[in-house]
Amino acid sequence: MDHREFVIKVVSPAVFTISIFVFWELVCRFFKIPLTILPSASEVFGALWQYRAPILDNSFVTLWTTLAGFAIATVFGLLLGIAVGWHQAIYAGIYPVLVGFNSIPKVAVVPVLILWFGIGEVPAVMTAFLISFFPIVVNVATGLATTEPELEDVLRALGASKLDIMRKVGIPRSLPYFFGSLKVAITLAFVGTVVSETVGANKGIGKLMLDAQSAFQVPIVFAGLLVLAFLGIVLYAMTALIEQRFTGWAFRGQANR
Amino acid sequence: MSSLVHLEHISMAYGRGASSVRAIEEVSLDIAKGEFIAVVGPSGCGKSSLMKLISGLHPPLSGTLTIEGKPVKGPLKSVGMAFQNSNLLPWRNALENVLLPLEIVEPHRSRIRSEKKQYREKAIKLLESVGLAGFAEKHPWELSGGMQQRTSICRALIHEPEILMLDEPFGALDAFTREELWCALRDLQAARKVTVMLVTHDLREAVFLADTVYVMSNRPGRILKRCEVNIPRPRDLEVTYTQQFQDIVHELRHLIGRGGEGAH
Repeated sequence: MDHREFVIKVVSPAVFTISIFVFWELVCRFFKIPLTILPSASEVFGALWQYRAPILDNSFVTLWTTLAGFAIATVFGLLLGIAVGWHQAIYAGIYPVLVGFNSIPKVAVVPVLILWFGIGEVPAVMTAFLISFFPIVVNVATGLATTEPELEDVLRALGASKLDIMRKVGIPRSLPYFFGSLKVAITLAFVGTVVSETVGANKGIGKLMLDAQSAFQVPIVFAGLLVLAFLGIVLYAMTALIEQRFTGWAFRGQANR
Repeated sequence: MSSLVHLEHISMAYGRGASSVRAIEEVSLDIAKGEFIAVVGPSGCGKSSLMKLISGLHPPLSGTLTIEGKPVKGPLKSVGMAFQNSNLLPWRNALENVLLPLEIVEPHRSRIRSEKKQYREKAIKLLESVGLAGFAEKHPWELSGGMQQRTSICRALIHEPEILMLDEPFGALDAFTREELWCALRDLQAARKVTVMLVTHDLREAVFLADTVYVMSNRPGRILKRCEVNIPRPRDLEVTYTQQFQDIVHELRHLIGRGGEGAH
């Protein structure tokens, strides 16, 4: 990493992030905003440190339920995407139902899940899964649909079966779409988990924030938000890294410089 | 020369019923083993349809189509194809792209794992024969357009097909690269004695490379003329500046003519 790259990739985001916190702190002090409305940045960080044990404990629950839901969504989304992209008839058959299902706000589904699975981690995992599989399905199906017809001719003329064409061309071709959709899916899964936790759960950052709110522990609520933002960044970065690792050929522009 | 491909009164259409579009009408032609034929004609005249037909990708509406005396019922496997777009897989390097057909066609399909080394050597030799020595490990985006097209032709040849079908393979290349590839294709065909069917709308290309040029009419495509090119082989690029060559090109141009010169 040369000097210029270092400035762009490290210094610039760090300066921007820190200035936001500084600005926040100054506004709170200058306007003497009450603690119950908006605690200052320093108070939020204080709460973060003071309650680090329960926060860590609950973050862990949120993290693993998100990842579990995301993992199910990945497998399910990939399989369904391949099925949808496989044949026009399957696509036409499944699509309306899929879109309809995706339009249901998932908050509305959480009570049903709680009814079925009880209060606990299962509804959170399920919500994360339900909310995040859709973009994966759509992206994988799109990737499969964009196989060049001429290339398909080349292979069909050799006697390739539909499965051969999928394995050799369709699936590898749709991988960039798939990994691209994971970035969207992981953020959605995270939203799903937290939504579910705030509706009904006995652990997790969502539940922690809910409890803190009812006890007027506003700094803890904000500390929860900070933790969520941080976890979101980590999860996003993880999937982005996986994407680059597996589909480097689709990023040749950058890799080639 | 014995006839390898035989078409008799072949018609072909896309779609069914009232909305069907006639692509080819009453086409009869023979391709001898080892012959190099070129099909020229205005765009949309069914040149590519003829290719799909012979490779068994699309059935004829009526007429007889036989290859080596046997009627064609489905994809042939003894056909290699290359198009204007090289269609290389970007996640595979040149060598792996060339090896792709072997992963599909029997008997190579079941052997490719155990005899990987021999197959790789064969593919590298083939790449070398079209001037791509040392580029086997390069990915498509690291190759120029001409190199990609050479790789694509190697991919069409690796399983030693009876017939090589080329659909405007040099259409997207600049004039110099195109002429370079003409020579590469000429040498390749001379060395392997493969039967070639070249679809193009470059008349100079057709006359330079082919033994026989077929001119097709506007859609639905019929064969207007069969023209044997009696220029001795091997042909050098210099040939393209001779009177004999120019005369043939002229004659063909007149047959297609109307479109270009339009309303006069």
